Amino acid sequence: MAEFWQQVVSGLAAGGVYGALALALVLIHRATGVINFAQGEMATFSTYVLWTLTTNHGLSYWPAFAIMLVVSFAGGVGIHQAVIRPVERGSQVRVVIITIGLLLLLNGLMTWIWSGEVKAVQSPFPGGTFDLGGVAIAYADIGTIAVCLGAVAVLWLFFQFTKVGLALRASAVNPAEARLVGVRVTWMLGLGWGLAATLGAIAGVLTAPSTFLDPNMMQAVLIYAFAAAVLGGIDSPMGAVVGGLLLGVGLNLLGTYASFVGSELRLPAALLVILVVLLLRPAGLFGRQQVKKV
Amino acid sequence: MTGLLELRHVEASYGPVQALRGISLSVPEGSVVAVLGANGAGKTTTLRAVSGTVRRSGEVRLDGKPLRGGPESAAKAGIAHVPEGRGTFTDLSVLENLRLGAYTRRDRSVKADVDTMTRYFPWLRERGDQRAGTLSGGEQQMLALARALMGRPRLLMLDEPSLGLAPLIVREIFRIVRELNEKEGLTVLVVEQDARIALNAAASAYVLEVGRVAVSGSSAELRDDEAVRRSYLGY
Repeated sequence: MAEFWQQVVSGLAAGGVYGALALALVLIHRATGVINFAQGEMATFSTYVLWTLTTNHGLSYWPAFAIMLVVSFAGGVGIHQAVIRPVERGSQVRVVIITIGLLLLLNGLMTWIWSGEVKAVQSPFPGGTFDLGGVAIAYADIGTIAVCLGAVAVLWLFFQFTKVGLALRASAVNPAEARLVGVRVTWMLGLGWGLAATLGAIAGVLTAPSTFLDPNMMQAVLIYAFAAAVLGGIDSPMGAVVGGLLLGVGLNLLGTYASFVGSELRLPAALLVILVVLLLRPAGLFGRQQVKKV
Repeated sequence: MTGLLELRHVEASYGPVQALRGISLSVPEGSVVAVLGANGAGKTTTLRAVSGTVRRSGEVRLDGKPLRGGPESAAKAGIAHVPEGRGTFTDLSVLENLRLGAYTRRDRSVKADVDTMTRYFPWLRERGDQRAGTLSGGEQQMLALARALMGRPRLLMLDEPSLGLAPLIVREIFRIVRELNEKEGLTVLVVEQDARIALNAAASAYVLEVGRVAVSGSSAELRDDEAVRRSYLGY
């Protein structure tokens, strides 16, 4: 039983990261109507920023973390202004292709700046485990879960209780109407990109200590985040987080108790989740079925 | 005399289709003015030209100052545009809709204004947390009106408030509009298909035909002119 709970906790930690990145995807999907394929590389880029600040500039972890959040936010807003906004009103296919181009561009840029070799990123949490009713729980797992859920909670409070958060939601659900009440919708969409980049950055730096940092670090995580977002419902912020946690725990248990799955079949299992959800319940667990009014 | 809102030779088009071919009209402060006409005459486009939701040329002045830019600037200048087909945020709650109506305001009396709205629309009080999309058509139209008023507009523009609503609810909406006009001095520009009910509420009206003003005058004049009534108002 102890092993079961241990796997659940570490699954929640992995799932928290999937959930955070999935939520970033949902934010952009709600604002711009597309899946941002560059979300993973944006997160990796942010992680490199953190690595540079701590390794080359001698900053300690949390100040560097704070600076990295600000840089990521500015980067997200900048990307929206520079390459997304000009094509936003055209077809969504164009925006999707832009995000794929962005993926390749960022990936190449990272290899060029930091070279392709793997780098070690320190964990902000103490190593080791503590005992909780016979279950050994890693501090790193608890820290990861806390940071992910904390970020999600802050974002939720922002959306629910601030004027700007409300304006951002209004811009996402009905941009024409939002402009009529005086909301600068393009600013709000830029803000959405900034928040998504920041959230993705958190997912990135929490992934790095266990996988090492290289330009392709987030590619697998992005697939898990896709699966989490689809499972929860691509338009549901809550669904993305719950989907991420379910997926993290599910994959961990599968790897432990179904020995034939192992680590090689984790990724195909996530793809199977995407396929099954899209076939059986396209709106996901929490998404609303789109009803077109005539 | 110049009005609160002045349009001079305003033109607007959707791509190659010209919808307004030089409209001039004036809405005096504290009055209710109606824009009438058949489908496709340019009524809706007139309001959209004022709020900047459609690209326009010509002159639009609010209180003597020319309006520039899109709908955000119009909202900031004090124009509340309630578009056709109940302009509410259906995914957001009733209360959130009202808060958004006050988006351009910086003062602290927004809460008090929500209370004022529940005086005009008592049902808003218990249904604040309900999603706007679950309201009935009439309730959504009233919510759209209440949301527009939350911005404390200088000019309220209503587009076809009667569209698809039961006569009783239409009468109630126009009663509230008149009450707001008489008690609070609210200036209103209303577009309406139903000429009879609009002429009852408005002091004066403009009748449009293919993007131009065909006839204008006081409501009483238009109502009593047999020829105008028959050829333009259809009753």
